[in-house]
Amino acid sequence: MSAVFEQIFQVGFLAAIIRIATPLAFATLGEMFSERAGVLNLGIEGIMLLCAMTGFTAASFSGSLWLGVLAAVLTGMLMGALHALFTVALGLSQHVCGIGVTLFSSGLAYFLYRLIFGQQSVPPSIKGFQTLPIPVLSDIPVLGPAVFNQFALVYMAILAIPLAAFVLYRTPWGLSVRMVGENPRAADSAGVSVIATRFQAVILGGALMGLAGAFLSMAQFNAFTFGVVSGRGWVAIALVVFGRWDPWRSAGAALLFAFVDALQLRMQASGLGHIPYEAFLMLPFIFTIVAMAVMSRNAVAPSALLKPFRREER
Amino acid sequence: MPAPLIEMRGITKSFGAVKANEAVDLSVAPGEILGLLGENGAGKTTLMNVLFGAYAPDAGEILIQGQQVRIASSADALAAGIGMVHQHFHLAPRLTVLENLLIGIPGKSGRIDRAGGLARLVEIGRQHGLTLDPDLPVSALSVGEQQRLEIVKALFRGAKLLILDEPTAVLAPSEVDGLFSALRSMAAQGLGIIFISHKLNEVRALTHRCTVLRHGRVAGRVDDPANTTSAAMAELMCGHEIVPPSRGPSTPGQAVLTLDGISTAKHAGTALRDISLAVRAGEILGVAGVSGNGQRALAEVISGVRAPDAGRMTIAGQNVSRFSPREVQALGLGRIPEDRMTTGLVTNLPLADSMVLPRIGSSTFSAKGLLKPDAIRAFAEEQIKAYDIRCPGPMTRAGALSGGNLQKALLARELAFDPKVLIVSQPTRGLDIGAARFIHEKFLDMRAKGCGIVVIGEDLEELLVLCDRIAVMYEGRIAGTLDSANATVARLGLLMTGAEGKA
Repeated sequence: MSAVFEQIFQVGFLAAIIRIATPLAFATLGEMFSERAGVLNLGIEGIMLLCAMTGFTAASFSGSLWLGVLAAVLTGMLMGALHALFTVALGLSQHVCGIGVTLFSSGLAYFLYRLIFGQQSVPPSIKGFQTLPIPVLSDIPVLGPAVFNQFALVYMAILAIPLAAFVLYRTPWGLSVRMVGENPRAADSAGVSVIATRFQAVILGGALMGLAGAFLSMAQFNAFTFGVVSGRGWVAIALVVFGRWDPWRSAGAALLFAFVDALQLRMQASGLGHIPYEAFLMLPFIFTIVAMAVMSRNAVAPSALLKPFRREER
Repeated sequence: MPAPLIEMRGITKSFGAVKANEAVDLSVAPGEILGLLGENGAGKTTLMNVLFGAYAPDAGEILIQGQQVRIASSADALAAGIGMVHQHFHLAPRLTVLENLLIGIPGKSGRIDRAGGLARLVEIGRQHGLTLDPDLPVSALSVGEQQRLEIVKALFRGAKLLILDEPTAVLAPSEVDGLFSALRSMAAQGLGIIFISHKLNEVRALTHRCTVLRHGRVAGRVDDPANTTSAAMAELMCGHEIVPPSRGPSTPGQAVLTLDGISTAKHAGTALRDISLAVRAGEILGVAGVSGNGQRALAEVISGVRAPDAGRMTIAGQNVSRFSPREVQALGLGRIPEDRMTTGLVTNLPLADSMVLPRIGSSTFSAKGLLKPDAIRAFAEEQIKAYDIRCPGPMTRAGALSGGNLQKALLARELAFDPKVLIVSQPTRGLDIGAARFIHEKFLDMRAKGCGIVVIGEDLEELLVLCDRIAVMYEGRIAGTLDSANATVARLGLLMTGAEGKA
């Protein structure tokens, strides 16, 4: 048994956690911004898939990975704007529109991918992001190779966490976001445009979801497949609740989920082969459900989440 | 008189078929406190919402310091120097005082200007005696403090005109004094203030001039409120003379509702401790007390919403301690809950549906598992006529009605079935004189018919006029019960603070 543990807990394991957590952190922060402004974005799963596709396509045609990332971010913003158009401008049901956006984006991703790349027996791939060791820092034992010998997008995710917290808690715009998510009428009577603020938050959320998708197809898998997202978007929605709509806690939740996911991957590969691997695959999700049940009972969602804002209402 | 700070000319605003404002003129001079009076539904709130940019008027113009302005949003209103303290506060409970204050204020080099905000908060607090702890979440503030925050918020944005929509409805008497001195201090510095209220004694004490609305039009103006009688103002508001209700002698019969040693565990709010009460047929029992001393739990136990943990309750002699709301209702209990919007009616459903909701299973309104829409509609129409409930019709969304009309609807719903016992909480809170008078009359009618009524309230004057006996609650107990004949506000007040033992 100790051999199994030795095999699991090593530098490579730590690095794997960080890698798995990266797209989840982007996606979770993105969903958090949207929800803090009062808009649930169930389109996240499809938006991530579409962004993974556009990013991959742009990168493989232009040869520039960063152009690919840009394409993914722009796609995410566009889909965010679409979701905001339905739910914020028109005030339609956030649940229904979110599912609609997911179905539409996924379908569009498959369709465009087939259109552009045709049907190939081996899916085309690109040379994705390479690890970028940070001088000095990457020489720190254990932590160095695990955290500071990663893809550029991983560093961006790490920086995105304090940045998100700063924006949300220290800037006037962040205060407006929190206010329109708690009491839009109060924001409105203070001269803050509820509609514009919500649009901006959902679009920013879409950009972050775009980064999550870009990471999957351009750093993690270096190819676009239809299973490239496989539920990570849905997980992010749970992680936002688990993280109580706070950037730090949400990122922590992503890290915890990544830990369990990395653990089950190692367990699959280790000497526990007599257990069907599907059992291990379930672990992170069981963990999510248990963690939600235990930790999130007192979590309070933004008061105006799911509630469209209309001004002249009696 | 100085030139007006603000002038509204010929404001007209309709909601569907209802004309909420019709050709209304109003003006406020700098340093002037203007009272805006009117019954519920007279159009006061609508008029102020037009001024604050929440509603666009159908006709009319607004002038600020002689300049015609267009106010299309609250942002425009704020820019024009108009601040409003709404009846329902516009605050985010989970954000702090300072965050609620700084919303919509541009930051300093991209960041929230915390230091600048704090300095202004302290300055405004010192000027007008409006102090607040900047880092407390709003949910931790008392209602009075939340209102103070709303006033500070308006001043913070440089308001030259402050609108207060029934600010005293939510305040305890001691807090009202603090509010008034702050408002006088602001007026002394040249601010214009519009004070909306139906409490005429407050209007007379505070305002310099009044404009009275009735049915959406200006019914009259009072130039010297301090030397005008309340009766004269009330007549302007209602269009007819208001006679205070007179409670004749009663001959109470058998006890219809008894509570014997009722206690509840602390769940939400104050727990009940060993409550014993009896209400006889043809009697009105008042339950006084400072809000939060167990009145809500008492109302919930009596209406069957909450089961007591100990003790025995009977209605018409039958033990109902473990009965559900539906069961006690079937025995003849009617209830008018404290909060008409959340536990009284379903605001998003048609009024007619809300009016039959407690009796939806009775054969009058449904059969074989299907509703009888015609019967429901007919019932609602009948009650709307009988109680003069002002609304476009029985299919109007209940939430669109004004407070007084909602209260009438609730009363109609309960009284239509001749209850043996009626439990009402805060029956006239937020209602104008006319509507309150109407509700009081109905209670006295029911008393004459032999109904036992429990009135839970905070307004001692009202309870003294209405009730035969008054029980005072303090920390979940009955601190004492007095006959109205020998009860005074002072004596009740002592009991309410727990200062006097068993009376």
